[in-house]
Amino acid sequence: MKIKGLQCKECHKTYEAVALHVCEFCFGPLEVVYDYAFIRANLSKEKILQGPKSLWRYEALLPIAGPPTVGLDAGFTPMVHAKNLGTELGLDYLYLKNDTVNCLTLSFKDRVVAVALTRAKELGFNTVACASTGNLANAVSAAAASAQLRCFVFIPHDLEVAKVLGNLVYRPTVVAIEGNYDDVNRLCSEISEEFPWAFVNINIRPYYSEGSKTLAYETIEQMGWQVPDHVVVPIASGSLLTKIAKGFKEFEWMGFVSGVATQLHGAQAQGCAPVADAFKEQREFIRPLKPKTIAKSLAIGNPADGIYALQAIRSSGGMAEAVSDEEVVEGMLLLASKEGIFAETAGGVTIGVLKKLAKQGRFGRNEVVVAYITGNGLKTQEAVTPAVGAPWTIKPSLSGFQKMLKEVETQMSSPPRRR
Amino acid sequence: MSKLRVHLTFPEDKILEPVVYEVGQKYKVVTNIRRADVREKTGWMELELSGESSEIEGAVAYLKTRQVKVDPVEKNVIE
Repeated sequence: MKIKGLQCKECHKTYEAVALHVCEFCFGPLEVVYDYAFIRANLSKEKILQGPKSLWRYEALLPIAGPPTVGLDAGFTPMVHAKNLGTELGLDYLYLKNDTVNCLTLSFKDRVVAVALTRAKELGFNTVACASTGNLANAVSAAAASAQLRCFVFIPHDLEVAKVLGNLVYRPTVVAIEGNYDDVNRLCSEISEEFPWAFVNINIRPYYSEGSKTLAYETIEQMGWQVPDHVVVPIASGSLLTKIAKGFKEFEWMGFVSGVATQLHGAQAQGCAPVADAFKEQREFIRPLKPKTIAKSLAIGNPADGIYALQAIRSSGGMAEAVSDEEVVEGMLLLASKEGIFAETAGGVTIGVLKKLAKQGRFGRNEVVVAYITGNGLKTQEAVTPAVGAPWTIKPSLSGFQKMLKEVETQMSSPPRRR
Repeated sequence: MSKLRVHLTFPEDKILEPVVYEVGQKYKVVTNIRRADVREKTGWMELELSGESSEIEGAVAYLKTRQVKVDPVEKNVIE
C-alpha cells in the first residue's frame, strides 16, 4: 500500500487515511504519509511516460488507493518557453506553466479537485461540498456533475453574479450565506462537522492539497527532467507553494532528478499579503488581515498553510513579494500582449512579482525560471476592462479604413492611447 | 453538550490580558488550550470550547468584543 496514513504536521501523531484533517491532539493540520520505498520500487520515468496525458500519469504519488475516477483530463497543461516576456525581463530561460487551459474549468483547482473527488468516492461519500468564491467552486461543481455526485457550494451572499452563474450552470446546490467571510468560514467548518459530506477543502483537505504536487512533477518532466533554478508561485492559502516544494523533493527521492535547490518565490497582492508581510518583517508568524484587492482568488487573510509557505520560501533562499492592484493589471496585460495568455488576476500578481524580482536582480539571465499561471482571465474580465481600451469604430468605406490605419501607425511609435 | 474548535489571534494590546480566563468566568464553557504561541508582539491559540451551544456562541461573541480574532481551526476555508 502506497498510503501509510495521515500525520500531524505539528506533533507528528499518526492516523488512518480517513476523512480527517485536524489532529485530535493538538489541532494541527494533517498530511498524507506515503511508503516511498514501495513507490520507488514500482515507479520509473518510463512508467510515467507511458501514462495518460493528464495528472494521473503521476498516480503512484497521489493519495488514492484505486484507479482514478474523477477529473481524468485534468493537468498536463502546456509549459511555455516565454521568449517575448523573457526578453522584456532579461531572462533567456523563462517558462510559464499555463494552467489557464486546465480541464474542466480553466484553473489549477481542477487538479486538486480531481484528486479530492476520486478519494472522496473511495471513502464512500456521495455528497461533496466546498466553500469558495470562485475557481474552487467552479472546479468542484463541474467535476461533481461529471461524476454525478451530489454537490453543495457555499458562497458569500454578495458574490458577483457572473461568478455565481459559473457554478449554477453545473446544477449544484449553491448556498449564499448572509454574513461576512468570517461567518462563512465558521459556518462551513460547523457544517463539515455535522454532515457526512466530503468537504474538499476541509475534511478532505489532506488529499485535496496533494493534487498541487502534480504542477511540480509536470514542471520537471516538461523541462526534460530538470529542476528549475527559481519558481514564482501565487500564494492564497499557501498550500500550492508548499506542495510544489514537496513535489520537487519527491521526484528527487524517486531518483528522477538530483541536487534540488530551487528557490521558491511567493507572490501576493499588496491588499492581501499576510505571507509577504511576515517575510519582509522577518516574523515567524502570520498576522491575519482583512483582504482588499482585485486579486480575489488570492484574498485569504488568514491562510491555513501560510506559515508553512513562509518556512518553505525561507529555507529555499527565495523571496515573498507583493504588488499593487495597478501592477496586477499591468501584469495581466503584459502576459497577454507578450505571450498570448489571458490570465486571471492571480496571474497578474505572479507576473507582477516576477517582474519585480527580475528588476531586483534576483535571477541570473541564464537561470531557469518557471512562473505558475493558475487561472483563466475570462473569469475576471472586470479587472482589465478599464485598461484595455475599445475597438476602432469606422464607417464602412475603404478611405475610412485607410485614415484609421494611418492613425494606428502613428500611434505604434508612441504609447497607445485609451479610446 | 457541544464542542467548538477555534483558532484565536490576539492583538498586541490584548496579549497581557487573561481573555480566556474571562470567557470561562462569564460563560459556562470549558476552555481547553491545545497549542499556543504567545510573544511580545502577537499571540495565537488553538482552543476547544465545550458547553451548551448558546454558551459557546456567547463566548465567541465575547472574544470578538475583546478584539480577539476568532477563526475555525482550519482558518480561512473559502478559496
